[in-house]
Amino acid sequence: MSSSTHVLGADVPGPPPPVVSAREPVAERLSAAARAARFVRRQPTLVLGLIVLAVIAAGGVFAPAWWTGDPLEMRPVERLSAPAAGHWFGTDNFGRDVYTRTIYGTRVSLIVGATVAIASVVLGTTLGLIIGFYRRLDAVMMRVMDGLMAIPAILLALALMALMKASVRNVIIALVIPEIPRVIRVVRASVLSLREHTMVEGARALGARTPRILARYILPALVAPLIVQATFICASAILFEAYLSFLGAGTPPHIPSWGNIMAEGKTYVQLAFWIILFPGLFLALTVLAVNLVGDGLRETLDVR
Amino acid sequence: MLPEIFRRLVATIPVMGVVAIAVFALLHVTPGDPAVIIAGDYATAEDIAKIRSKLGLDQPFLTQVGIWLGRIVRGDLGTSIYSGLPVSTLISQRAEATIALTLFAMVISVSVAVPLGVLAAWKKGSLIDRVVMVFAVSGFSMPTFWLGFVLVYVFAVSFHWLPVQGFQPIERGAWPFLRHLILPALTLSLVYMALIARMTRASMLGVLNEDYIRTAFAKGLAPRGVLVRHALKNASLPIVTIIGIGFALLIGGAVVTESVFALPGLGRLTVDAIIRRDYPVIQGVILVVSGVYVLINLVVDMLYVVLDPRIRY
Repeated sequence: MSSSTHVLGADVPGPPPPVVSAREPVAERLSAAARAARFVRRQPTLVLGLIVLAVIAAGGVFAPAWWTGDPLEMRPVERLSAPAAGHWFGTDNFGRDVYTRTIYGTRVSLIVGATVAIASVVLGTTLGLIIGFYRRLDAVMMRVMDGLMAIPAILLALALMALMKASVRNVIIALVIPEIPRVIRVVRASVLSLREHTMVEGARALGARTPRILARYILPALVAPLIVQATFICASAILFEAYLSFLGAGTPPHIPSWGNIMAEGKTYVQLAFWIILFPGLFLALTVLAVNLVGDGLRETLDVR
Repeated sequence: MLPEIFRRLVATIPVMGVVAIAVFALLHVTPGDPAVIIAGDYATAEDIAKIRSKLGLDQPFLTQVGIWLGRIVRGDLGTSIYSGLPVSTLISQRAEATIALTLFAMVISVSVAVPLGVLAAWKKGSLIDRVVMVFAVSGFSMPTFWLGFVLVYVFAVSFHWLPVQGFQPIERGAWPFLRHLILPALTLSLVYMALIARMTRASMLGVLNEDYIRTAFAKGLAPRGVLVRHALKNASLPIVTIIGIGFALLIGGAVVTESVFALPGLGRLTVDAIIRRDYPVIQGVILVVSGVYVLINLVVDMLYVVLDPRIRY
């Protein structure tokens, strides 16, 4: 946490750091702390989002360490028992511990969110650079992208899942495909404006070839907007994974995910509301944290 | 104006063509033999062969594309493998609940979000502004179906004010119809509301800095008049645009909301079709819904002329 704050803090323009001599290590530590404090003051949403996200991620990564049990262990005698000392979030229809399952469910959500964000940005950027730079491809491909974007993402993902076996890998594929055209559009728009930039003309005049221009002049300008977009893709992928699993077309039942825990609790809303309440709270909090990070990054990196 | 509407309508044809081909290609780009997947785990070789010939999968690929496009142009969406009924019949049977739900949610969202956004922009930096912005970010992060269950638990299970789930067609009276739709529409509208409120605020902030707003205030007009007639009207283009684009969110949310509230709509039709691997139904729903989305955004484009007389087509 502190290291990431520090790294990001280094990017914030501010007054020059006070001159510190080697004899005054205390002053240097203070200045780092002061810079961190200034960063927190300027970017409260980003910092809050990062803290919440770090706590949730720690929950998922070190799931066995948080007083959890076996997420698949069934105790029929204790089925549908209300939250109490032994089961903090109660138990589900099979007597499984909802707290344990919710903590383990963090893993699927974070893996899906991160992988979908990275994969769609990498694939979308590659395709977007190519489409944006070769005029002959551009007109046709953009019509195709318009068509693909007219299909609501959740319906496209559902249709893809209907044809694939339920697995985390296939959920990721089904969520990446609808996102790619959206990344392509952002990348292409930037390429079109940068292509006419003086620095690109200059590089061309010096004999630079297209791949070099893409890598050295266009791609660096895309990094900030793409990081922001990746964050928002991550947030929506986490939500969509839960939607797909809730509808029975996502993560298979033997892997606990927030969506399928809630799907199993659907029948017991009136009897055992806790099965839905707690995983949903975690889901909402995680998505909120990622969105806060996205909003914060947009401000820090000055995108749009 | 009229020729322009016609020109725009024609321009949607390539987009819809891409949608149609993409929906068709789905069957072929996914790994495995589609006939085997659709037939399910317990199918015999005969079942698979039957499905293959029924869906025309035994034809060459380009022939299949041609047949598919030809059928769509004639309005034939195929027949359901599960029920044997025409897909267009199934869709029209289920359309009422979905149209009622999304329209109701749209009305709620716009009538709450636009005033909130205007207020937040007018009182920028105030407590109201912050509350609206927090609401917008958290509304946007809210899992639709979870919100639905929470509302059901509070208003239906605990207080018994509203029904837990179900749908009443409008022929049975307006009140039962609305009563069953209040919770689903509220559930569905939150995300959309957050989106519109945010856009309204951002757009209003841009306009409120203009000189003519200062002039309007300076000549002593009431704030309400200035905000609505001078500011909101000029800030309306991005708001209308986001209402059109956000419609995709509304459709996605409807699929999940219908499942929570057991509404017999298109979302339920799709989810049931997915469980039964009834692919013609899935393709038909996607095609129709995407078409509606394209048309809604066409209407939004046309509204620009009404809202901003400077734009001429």
